[in-house]
Amino acid sequence: MHDKTLTQLAAALKSGEFSSRELTSHYLQKIEKADGTLNSFITVTGEQALNQAEDADKARAAGNAGLLTGIPLALKDIFCTRDVKTSCGSKMLDNFIAPYNATVVEKLNAAGTISLGKTNMDEFAMGSSNENSHYGAVKNPWDLTAVPGGSSGGSAAAVAAGLVPAAMGTDTGGSIRQPAAFCGITGLKPTYGRVSRYGIIAYASSLDQAGPMARSAEDCAHLMNVIAGHDVRDSTSVARGVPDYTETLNAPLSGLKIGLPKEYFGDGLDPDVEQAVRDAVKVYESLGATVREVSLPHTHYAIPAYYVIAPAEASSNLSRYDGVRFGHRCKEPVDLIDLYKRSRAEGFGEEVKRRILIGTHTLSEGFFDAYYTKAQKVRRLIRQDFLDVFEDVDVLMGPASPTPAFDLGAKKDPVSMYLQDIYTIAVNLAGIPGISVPAGFAGGRPIGLQILGTHFAEAQLLNVAHQYQQATDWHLQLPAFAEENA
Amino acid sequence: MQWETVIGLEVHVQLATRSKIFSGASTAFGAEPNTQACAVDLGLPGTLPVLNEQAVAMAVQFGLAVHADIAEVSVFDRKNYFYADLPKGYQTSQMYHPIVGPGDVDITLDDDTTKRIRIHHAHLEEDAGKSLHEDFLGMTGIDLNRAGTPLLEIVSEPDMRSAKEAVAYLKAIHAIVTYLGISDGNMAEGSMRCDVNVSVRPKGQEAFGTRAEIKNVNSFRFVERAIAFEVERQIELIEDGGTVVQETRLFDPERDETRSMRTKEEANDYRYFPCPDLLPVVLDEAYLDHLRSQLPELPADKRERFQSELGLSAYDAAVLSASREMAEFFEEVHHVCGDAKQAANWVQGELSGALNRENLSITNSPISARQLGGLLSRVIDGTINGKAAKQVFQALWNGQGENADAIIEAKGLKQVTDTGAIEAMIDQVIAESPAQVAQYRDAEPEKRGKMIGYFVGQVMKASRGTANPQQVNGVLIAKLDALL
Repeated sequence: MHDKTLTQLAAALKSGEFSSRELTSHYLQKIEKADGTLNSFITVTGEQALNQAEDADKARAAGNAGLLTGIPLALKDIFCTRDVKTSCGSKMLDNFIAPYNATVVEKLNAAGTISLGKTNMDEFAMGSSNENSHYGAVKNPWDLTAVPGGSSGGSAAAVAAGLVPAAMGTDTGGSIRQPAAFCGITGLKPTYGRVSRYGIIAYASSLDQAGPMARSAEDCAHLMNVIAGHDVRDSTSVARGVPDYTETLNAPLSGLKIGLPKEYFGDGLDPDVEQAVRDAVKVYESLGATVREVSLPHTHYAIPAYYVIAPAEASSNLSRYDGVRFGHRCKEPVDLIDLYKRSRAEGFGEEVKRRILIGTHTLSEGFFDAYYTKAQKVRRLIRQDFLDVFEDVDVLMGPASPTPAFDLGAKKDPVSMYLQDIYTIAVNLAGIPGISVPAGFAGGRPIGLQILGTHFAEAQLLNVAHQYQQATDWHLQLPAFAEENA
Repeated sequence: MQWETVIGLEVHVQLATRSKIFSGASTAFGAEPNTQACAVDLGLPGTLPVLNEQAVAMAVQFGLAVHADIAEVSVFDRKNYFYADLPKGYQTSQMYHPIVGPGDVDITLDDDTTKRIRIHHAHLEEDAGKSLHEDFLGMTGIDLNRAGTPLLEIVSEPDMRSAKEAVAYLKAIHAIVTYLGISDGNMAEGSMRCDVNVSVRPKGQEAFGTRAEIKNVNSFRFVERAIAFEVERQIELIEDGGTVVQETRLFDPERDETRSMRTKEEANDYRYFPCPDLLPVVLDEAYLDHLRSQLPELPADKRERFQSELGLSAYDAAVLSASREMAEFFEEVHHVCGDAKQAANWVQGELSGALNRENLSITNSPISARQLGGLLSRVIDGTINGKAAKQVFQALWNGQGENADAIIEAKGLKQVTDTGAIEAMIDQVIAESPAQVAQYRDAEPEKRGKMIGYFVGQVMKASRGTANPQQVNGVLIAKLDALL
C-alpha cells in the first residue's frame, strides 16, 4: 500500500480494494516499525486515527464519501489540533494542548481525511535541517546519515519513507520546498494568503504559508482543493475563488515559456544539482516549452532582508511564550521578571533565542530604519523582480537547494545553514507560489527542481509539475529504507 | 516669577462595541474574571486578530465630531513589551498611521467664553487585562476580561493652561463620546481614563518646560487635583534651583500627590512595527459620508440651538447640553410640556436640587422626564399653581402616584378659579380677622400693600393651596378697600 500515491489510494478505497481502517493500520504499523529510526513523528495518534478511519468507512458505506475520505495524513506539529499536543518542536510547548483546530485541520477533517499524528520540525519552524528540534533530529530515509531538510523535515521524511501518503507542512523561507527536495517528494508552497494561517503557530506572519507535501503534484492538487480558500479568521487570507486544481493537471505545455534566473545558477551551486535541473528543463523542451535566461537582480539581497524581517516578526510573535498562561514555566519564580527570564531561557532552544535577539535588536530605537525599513524596501524590489520577469515568462525553474541533503551535524555555523535557503527565501518575500519536484539523485540523495509562478498560479505550477511527472519517474522511486520497513 | 502651566491630555475611551476589537468575545463589564476572554484574547498560539468594523466606525464618528481629517489608510502597529496582563507580549495599536488626524474641540470656561483645543490625533488600540493584587496570598491574579476591549486614544495638543481648562476639555470629550453613543463614559468603571502631561514655564517664555506624564487619572476631580499638585511640585522644584526631569508619574488620590514611576532613561523601547496579521484599514468617501449622515446632534450644536430656537440663556443652554443624559431629559420635559423656560427652570432647579441632595445622577432620577413634563403642563394650563406643583413634585419623587394628574386628583390640588368660591373664602377670612382688618384700615395707604400678604396666606391656607393666587389677590384688595 505504501508505494501508492494518495491519488491511487483514494481510488483503491473507492473501489473497496481495502478499507480505511486497513490502510490506517498499515501505516500505523509502519510508523511503529520505522519511526524509532527516523524520528519523523513527535506524536502518533493511533487510537484517534483508527476511530476516524472507522467513521470514514462508515461514511463510505453510507454513500457519503468524498474523494479523500479515509486517506491517512500527518500534520507538521505547528498546526494546532484540539485535544492533541501541539509542540512546534519546542520544549516551550511540550505541554501545550490547543482548545481548537487550525482551519487547515478543520478542512482536512471535513474532507474525511485521517490524522496519524504530528510530525517533527525545527523548533518554531526555524531551521533548514530539522536539527533544531527539542525532540531530536530527523533522519533522511534515503540516507540515514543525512538531514531531511527543514523546517518541515518530519513531514518530508515520513512521506518519503512511506509512513504516510502525504503530510502538511509550512514554508516561511523554504520549509516545504527544501525538505521536499532533500527527501525526493513533491512540496507546494502556495501564494501568501491562499491558505488560512489560523491555528498555525506563527513564526514570521508575513511569510508563513501552509501547503501539501506528497508523492506527486497530482496528490498536492487534491490536497490544495481541500485546504485553499478564504478564512474569516485570517484577515490576510485572500477572498478569491479557488479553482479545481486537478482540472488543469493535464493541460498541454506546448508554448509554455520557462525562465531560468541566471542568479540561481551561480557560485555555490552543486554541479550535480545543476545538471539535474538542466536535464529537467530539457524534458520540458521536449514537451513543447521554450526556455530563456532571465534575471532577478536583487536575489542576493533576499537572505539579508529575510533575516531582518523574519526575526523581527518572530521576536514579537514569540513574546507570548512568557510562562504566564501556558507553555513552559520555570520552577519557583521569585518575581515576574525571574519568571520571564528563566521560563524563556529554559523553554527556547539556541536558534530560536538567536532569532529573537536579532529581531529585538533590529526593531530597537535607532536601528529600526537602518534594518527593518530598509529590509522592507528590499522586499518590495525583490517582489518587483518577480513581477517583471512574469511579464515575459510563465514560470521560473531552478534548483530548490544548492546541494542535495547534507550530513547530519555538518553545518555548525548558522550562516552556512541560512545560505541553504538562497533559492527559496525570495519566494516568500515576494509572496508567490513555488513547488519542488524530484528531479534526480546525487550520491543516492534526491535533487529537487523548483518551479515558481506568479501570485495565485498554483494550478499552473501543479500542471507543469504533473506533466513532468508524467514524463519521468523520479517521484515514484522509494528509498530502500521504505522497502526494508515494509 | 510668574509661571504658566502647559497641559496636554491623552484620553483613553473604551468604545461601546458589543465584542472586542480583534475577537468575538463580549466586552460587558463586571463578569467573573476570565470568563470573557477567548483564545484570541488569551494570545494562544496560532490565533489571529480580526478587526471589529464597529470599532472603526466609532473612531471615524469621533473624528468627524471633532472636525478631524480621517485617514484614508490607517495601519495597526505592535507595541512590544512584557507584562503579565498583556497576553501576546504586545499591544496592537496605531503608532505611525492613526485613523483620526488633527481636529479640534471647543471648551466653555467659567466666564462663558470658549477656547479651542487642538487634537493631535486619535488612534485605535486594544486594552490590556487587569492585574489583581489582593486575595492571592502575595501573588498576582490576572483577569483578561478587559484584554482586547477597543480603546480610542485621543491625544490633544498642549493647549490647556490650567487644571480647570483640562477638566473642561475632558468634560467636552466626555460629552462628545456619550452624545455619539460610542462610549458609556463611565469613569468609575474605567471606560474613560486619562494620562496628563504637565509642564510649567515662566510666563512669556515660548519654549515648553520639561513635562511629566501622570498616568491613569480616572476622574474629573483627580485630574484637577493631580495637576494642582504637579504644578506646585514643579514650580517649587525649579524655584529651589532644581530641574524637572522627563518622567512618568502616578497620582495617588489617597495622599493627594504624584509619585515618580519611571524616568525617561528607564522607559521601555516599544519596538513598534506594522502588525503583519492585520491589513491596512482603507476608508473611502462613501463610507465616511454614510457615517457623517448618521451623526447625532453634538453638544456644541445643541447648546447653540437651545439658545437660538428655545430662547434659553447662554448659561442654561450650556448646563442643559453638558451631558447627553441631561440634554435628553430636558428635551423630553420640553417635548411634553411645550415650554422651554419652565422645563429649563425645573430641570435645573427643583430636579437638580433634589438629585444633588440624594446624590443621584439624572439617569437615576425617581421622576421621569415624562412625569415632570406632565406636571409642568398642569402648571402651564393653570390646573395647579406653583405651590401645588411643588407638592406634586414631591409626591412624584416619593412614588406616590403614576403621574401629576393622578396626584392632583387624589390630593385635591386642582386650582380653584371659581370666583364665587374664592369670594366665599375671602369673606370668611375677613370675618374671622377683625383685628387685622382694623390694622389694615388704619394703616398708611402705601403700607397696605404689604399687609395684604397676611390675608392671601389665610385664604391659601383655607383652600389648601389650591386657590389661584392672582385671583385671591385681586378680590382681596377690592373687598378690603371696600371696607375703608
